[in-house]
Amino acid sequence: MASSALNKRKGAKPQKASPKKKQKKESFTDRNPKKPKNVQLLDHSDEEEIEEHEEEFDGVMEGSGSDSDTDSYGGDDPLPGSDDSLHGSDDDDDEEEDEEKGSSDSDSDADIEKKSKSIDKENERMRREAAEDVEVNINQESNEFRLPTKQELEEEAHQPPDLSHLQRRIQEIVRVLSNFKKLRQREGASRKDYVEQLKRDLSSYYGYNDFLIGALVEMFKVAELLELIEAFEKPRPICLRTNTLKTRRRDLADVLINRGVNLDPLSKWSKVGLVVYESQVPIGATPEYMAGYYMLQSASSFLPVMALAPQEKERVVDMAAAPGGKTTYIAALMKNSGIIFANEMKEPRLKSLTANLHRMGVTNTVVCNYDGKELPKVLGSNAVDRVLLDAPCSGTGVISKDESVKTSKSSDEIQKCAHLQKQLILAAIDMVDANSKSGGYIVYSTCSLMVAENEAVVDYALRKRNVKLVPCGLDFGRPGFIRYREQRFHPSVAKTRRFYPHVHNMDGFFVAKLKKESNLKPTTAESRLSETLEAETVDIDISMTEDDSEKNARVDDQQHLTDEDTKSEKNVSEDGKLELPGTVKKRKEKKLPSFFSHLKGQFPGDQKVEKKVKLPSGQKKEKKVKLKFPPREEIAKAREEKRRALRKSKAKNNNIGPGEQ
Amino acid sequence: MRPLDEGESTAVFEKLFKFTGNNLKNIVENPSHEGPDPNPGRYCFRLNKNKVYYVSDSLVKRATNIARANLVSLGTCIGRFTHGGSFHLTVHCLSLVASNAIHKVWLKPTSEMSFLYGNHVSKGGLGRITENIVPGDGVVVFSMSDVPLGFGIAAKSTQGYSKLDPNGIVVLHQADIGEYLRMEDEL
Repeated sequence: MASSALNKRKGAKPQKASPKKKQKKESFTDRNPKKPKNVQLLDHSDEEEIEEHEEEFDGVMEGSGSDSDTDSYGGDDPLPGSDDSLHGSDDDDDEEEDEEKGSSDSDSDADIEKKSKSIDKENERMRREAAEDVEVNINQESNEFRLPTKQELEEEAHQPPDLSHLQRRIQEIVRVLSNFKKLRQREGASRKDYVEQLKRDLSSYYGYNDFLIGALVEMFKVAELLELIEAFEKPRPICLRTNTLKTRRRDLADVLINRGVNLDPLSKWSKVGLVVYESQVPIGATPEYMAGYYMLQSASSFLPVMALAPQEKERVVDMAAAPGGKTTYIAALMKNSGIIFANEMKEPRLKSLTANLHRMGVTNTVVCNYDGKELPKVLGSNAVDRVLLDAPCSGTGVISKDESVKTSKSSDEIQKCAHLQKQLILAAIDMVDANSKSGGYIVYSTCSLMVAENEAVVDYALRKRNVKLVPCGLDFGRPGFIRYREQRFHPSVAKTRRFYPHVHNMDGFFVAKLKKESNLKPTTAESRLSETLEAETVDIDISMTEDDSEKNARVDDQQHLTDEDTKSEKNVSEDGKLELPGTVKKRKEKKLPSFFSHLKGQFPGDQKVEKKVKLPSGQKKEKKVKLKFPPREEIAKAREEKRRALRKSKAKNNNIGPGEQ
Repeated sequence: MRPLDEGESTAVFEKLFKFTGNNLKNIVENPSHEGPDPNPGRYCFRLNKNKVYYVSDSLVKRATNIARANLVSLGTCIGRFTHGGSFHLTVHCLSLVASNAIHKVWLKPTSEMSFLYGNHVSKGGLGRITENIVPGDGVVVFSMSDVPLGFGIAAKSTQGYSKLDPNGIVVLHQADIGEYLRMEDEL
């Protein structure tokens, strides 16, 4: 009957779980001898079916067995848990047992019962163990992240990098570092170890070289760093700028939408920008583009021109003009009045510059091919109203456009770029006329994130020329760094602006706006001292005389940018100790610490402290914050004297003491 | 950079006259508001490295301190002298010429792209045409939305073109704005 069919089905079932399999087989072999018995007890109606099944069963085939079984079940009510899956196996065991109980002798009953109970126990045990295992695993993963040991790292180095593993580890380290006290490893892995491992993982996962990753880690917090690097992997949206000399943004947007371009106004800070989401026609080859109605330009390139804010009928110089996006924007803002000098050093780029100027209908521009450093000689010093210097840089802000920057930049290249930028910014400042009616501004911008190319260059300009920083007018950017590692910049450097891909959704950019205060170049005796504070504010001069002689030696080098200057930037403490040559110091009367008070007036240094130097007019008075103690030998002498005095007084006391008492 | 001499001036003005006719005096006597003075200055022509530029006075004055070898472009370039000494207008002068043109032709939207690839204008692509065009006249080509696309020489007169078969050439192509993309290096 149904019971025997059940048996057969049981045998034919696929055995998935191994322990269950074994038991199945056991139970199966036990039951086999019982088959003939069961067969005899069957109704005649099912005999034929059973015989068929037996034949089929000899050549045990899963598929056929199960098929035939299901066929045989067609008429019967489906037993609970009687589908082909293994889940019902326990139930089936029980059912079978029940069935067989009814149909077989009591001896076999007891055996089967025992067996089924032992099977049950086994299953329970396994299930419990598995659950415990899972729990243990979860606990380990959530509570403890361990840095890979040296051995593990070596192993990894031999194998090809496993990206998902790296990504997981990066996320884990970021999580640990964000809550370091709680989540750090017990065996005293320092913060530095975590950061080192993170650097290694980031460079292998994203493809950066060590220098660049190190520089970025120093500039950003870890979570922000990850956002920044992710943002560098994706391209920024395409932007275009309407040419207000020929059309208006509304009209242009209408025409382009008709052509099938999906676009939107750029942001509330720009009245001429449009961002393109997708386009059915090539956006750089529409008839409107060719007629000069718009220019393809990244959003970050709008910023320096907006900061420059050129007025009509002014004279403006663009020192690194190609391919001409910013120059044409300047011309549009000036409405083709005044004069623009567009300079470009590299000849191959001149063609695109002239082509763009003509295409956009700019008529007030002169294009020349000079090295930027020579421009003041050609155009004259103090001759123009505004200058835009979009300096050649390392390009670390536009990694999303050019991936080769990830691996090709090194510390030397950055220093070279910085050197060139410093020379260019001085040339730019020299060209501007401080007394111009409406102008006198210089805008310095780069598409780089490195402090050495941005804030350091601006600080250098502040020290070398009579300029001051003014607000750019771009308040949605982040202020520039005032201090960075061991460097300290003038506090007004906070008026510069930095832009990041992960915050503003535009390329990494830096903008600074300077106003020229006086056409006089500071000479050696008059150069301004910025408040370059070092980490250690108290400085003891080893000897004043040494300083003087060194200052005299350096006076000659003042005007030229020599290696000394670049060295001095690298070696700030040395610079600070020796003081900038020829600097004017206005010092307050210093209060020497009390134990020196009795020595006041005895040292040559004191006289210097009290001297007040007359400053030329028009320059700000800078306060020197450094304290100057008397030189070391004199301090030693003073201490000796004090000790002697003490001994004497003690001796006196001892002599008198017993007498008095 | 130097002013044009007699022969060069005549060549330039002849070519311009083909396109602008009597409006030529508008070009030459255009008041320029570019300079800092409230009185408008004038425009003039200058020659540098075989290219002729149309610049305002104030610009010329300030550009004199740039050496000839380093000067690349002034104001608007209108054309160049070939090695053989003849003068050709280039596409850079399009905005100047288009605003003063007397013979104009408007293209249908379907044939715009063909002209921008450098092909001649065929009769089938013509939308509108001004009257009194004589073969050999300079013609400025516009799109139906009045965007200047380029210029060329008329091959047939206004009356004569209706007798042409639909593929007949009406305007011979000389310059178009597509050159900014196609031939950027050669401009």
